[in-house]
Amino acid sequence: MFRLVEQWAKAAVLEVQEYLRLVTAVGRALVTRPFYPRDVVEQFDEIGVGSLTVVLLTGAFTGAVLALQSGLTLDQFGARSMVGRLVSASMVKELGPVLTALMVTGRVGSGIAAELGSMVVTEQISALRALGTDPIRKLVLPRMLAGVIMVPVLTAISVAVGMVGGAVVSILQLKVAWSIYWNEVIAGLYMQDIWMGVIKPFALGFVIVSIGCHVGMRTTGGTQGVGRSTTNAVVAGSVAVLAVNFFVTKLLIVLMY
Amino acid sequence: MDYVTTRRSPELDEALGPGSPIIIFDRVSLAFDEKVILNEVSFTLIKGHTKLILGASGAGKSTILKLILGLLRADAGRIWVNGEQIDRMREEELMKVRVDLGMVFQEGALFDSLTVRENVGYKLYEETSAPLEQIDQRVKEVLGFVGLAEYIDRMPSELSGGQRRRVAIARAMAAKPRILLYDEPTTGLDPITALTIDDEITKLRDLEGVSSILVTHQLRDAFYVATTTAVRENGRERFVPADSKKADEAEFLMLRDGQVIFEGNASELRSSKDEYIQRFLS
Repeated sequence: MFRLVEQWAKAAVLEVQEYLRLVTAVGRALVTRPFYPRDVVEQFDEIGVGSLTVVLLTGAFTGAVLALQSGLTLDQFGARSMVGRLVSASMVKELGPVLTALMVTGRVGSGIAAELGSMVVTEQISALRALGTDPIRKLVLPRMLAGVIMVPVLTAISVAVGMVGGAVVSILQLKVAWSIYWNEVIAGLYMQDIWMGVIKPFALGFVIVSIGCHVGMRTTGGTQGVGRSTTNAVVAGSVAVLAVNFFVTKLLIVLMY
Repeated sequence: MDYVTTRRSPELDEALGPGSPIIIFDRVSLAFDEKVILNEVSFTLIKGHTKLILGASGAGKSTILKLILGLLRADAGRIWVNGEQIDRMREEELMKVRVDLGMVFQEGALFDSLTVRENVGYKLYEETSAPLEQIDQRVKEVLGFVGLAEYIDRMPSELSGGQRRRVAIARAMAAKPRILLYDEPTTGLDPITALTIDDEITKLRDLEGVSSILVTHQLRDAFYVATTTAVRENGRERFVPADSKKADEAEFLMLRDGQVIFEGNASELRSSKDEYIQRFLS
């Protein structure tokens, strides 16, 4: 039993050590040459534009259902007109960043782990190194940059679409006037909320892509290993998104509120 | 034109002239956890010669190539490549050593998202500032060398196993490295396709002067490469039996459980009295 615990602890420490090594190597690659701009642009397209549909749908339906549920609760207090306030505060501070990050984890984190994992098991990563290319610079850094920059952009789009989704339900079903809904949306937002909604996606984007890259680069065991890595990237990425979201929220509350 | 060859001092160039060692393994050992992969392996590859590494699966053959490239790090011993001691080098320093090395991986390891042209010219497109027309010309030249010029715009998934290996050879030789490493290049191929790969290896050694290490457990291919020489007559290549001097330049190294159990030429290997070797050759 003790031996099992010891093995598990060693494996966990090794994973953390390798993750930190990867992040350090990416940091070094960011400030030194060579840099592969074409790969960065490709990843912006793959991660950013490629995730747009799923993020738009997620944002719209989340905003809509939030308006529906809030409407029911607010009716008990005769405060249905304040539905915009609840939608905006929830979308900007929590649901926008977290749901976007979770959707991107499912789509991008798994894709990165599968792509890098299959490159590892088919020796394409070794071939890259043999040809004089650092895989961190060529494969990991472009994905990290795209993740850190595109997840906040996707979150902003998701939040905006969520508010529109909430507006559609509020106006058509809850019969709240258009101007009242949008006035409440603005009234429900404080500067600190906006900062929170802006800062969190940067951290979440970093977490999603760095975990995807780490898991993918450490793939072993052939095609079965690639499948395992893909699952691990989604599971670890999703849990990390929720955990990091909590700690960043806590930190921002201490700093800003 | 040399595209990415390392700059060496005239003294080192002279020291690495004909007949001098280009790769040295000095009592190299490697283990993963409890499992010993290589145990005090020593050998020397002479410039322009071929080293044929034989052994059963798991004997540590491919590991030797990965150590030469710096893809793995030895636990003990010293490794020199092209006059540089590489066993304690950092990754950035190893990049400079790899400039002069080409590697053909077991399954080709072609980049499946790139075309044959992009695969073959990868090193030149990405890691040099050579003009695009010049790179294109070189890509066509090496694809012509391996007889696949018409496949230049295909994707790797559209190629057969043998064609993929030949593209991998073209990719390895595109930047004109002085050392080529082959990791089981004929495994899983039919005998006729395997023979075309053997011919490419022989051509590169005899017509281009490339030093090479061939890891294989295909005895037929190993003996063919060791005992055949490529000659060019009136612009056409021919493959003829090597004379005894040329055959001596191809040295066999046999591994068993990470240890060298034989080192010598083809005829010495055939006449070895070692029971394991006899069983391996039978």
